[in-house]
Amino acid sequence: MRTNVFVAAALAVAVGLAVAVSPFASASPDGLEKVAEDKGFLAEGTTAKIQEASPIPDYAFPGVENERVATGLAGFVGTLVVFALGFGLAFVLRRVRGRAGPDPAT
Amino acid sequence: MAYALKVADRDLDEARIPLLGVVGAFVFASQMLNFPVAGGTSGHLLGATLAAVLLGPWLASLVMAVVITVQAFAFADGGITALGANVLNMGVLGALLAGLLLGAAVRAFSPNRATFLALVAGVSWVAVMVGATATSLELALSDTIPLGTSLPAMLGVHALIGIGEAVITVSAIGAVLAVRPDLVHLGRFPAAERTPRPATAEGV
Repeated sequence: MRTNVFVAAALAVAVGLAVAVSPFASASPDGLEKVAEDKGFLAEGTTAKIQEASPIPDYAFPGVENERVATGLAGFVGTLVVFALGFGLAFVLRRVRGRAGPDPAT
Repeated sequence: MAYALKVADRDLDEARIPLLGVVGAFVFASQMLNFPVAGGTSGHLLGATLAAVLLGPWLASLVMAVVITVQAFAFADGGITALGANVLNMGVLGALLAGLLLGAAVRAFSPNRATFLALVAGVSWVAVMVGATATSLELALSDTIPLGTSLPAMLGVHALIGIGEAVITVSAIGAVLAVRPDLVHLGRFPAAERTPRPATAEGV
């Protein structure tokens, strides 16, 4: 399988999971949240001021009534944002090395 | 993180540029998929082992940092002040542990595919438990909750979550091994064992 095909397929799986499966994921508190709740230190975790401005708080796309659709949209956007950042980071790292190291092309 | 950036250079070849994005995307998506474990609790993949197996520990640490940072800033999930701790617990510790253990195992006795996947399962579980332990230690250090109270509870629930982590990690790695075994960074099995390649392909 060619790398581009592999990347496209894997990304499709990731987006598919985030969009179609995550709205049906368990809404129960996760491991740490549950322990925090049971042991009474959940309230000590607070969000910072800057997070009030976060574009998609709590994985619910703003302005969308249907909870499942809102979660799916949040998953769609988030997955692509992370992909873009990861790709971008790798690309930049690559460029930096290309300039610093011996590059047969130059 | 700085060291990770430096070493990342070495591990980053042409094929891995888009891979970094894909692994990040997959980890992010999987972290949204909370699966129920006992007693009204859920767990989700952390993904450090998965990332480390595919990318090596250093690139994996970077990817995990990207995922967790996006969660904090774009989704108000996980604190900003706790960002460093979260990256350490869910990303770096697991990635380094998985990288070291699996890397050593592969070098020491070149496991076959089944053994390798079994090792991946074990390491995934251990990585989750180490993350849970580190979290408890940090909570104790910050005077939030004594270690004796949080550690048993954290380890108990994460022992179950670790099983989920192992299942998902092994499935994902198995799928990648099936289509593009060369993209599995830590799974560079001796070429002769599986697909014989011309000797010239080795030194590249």
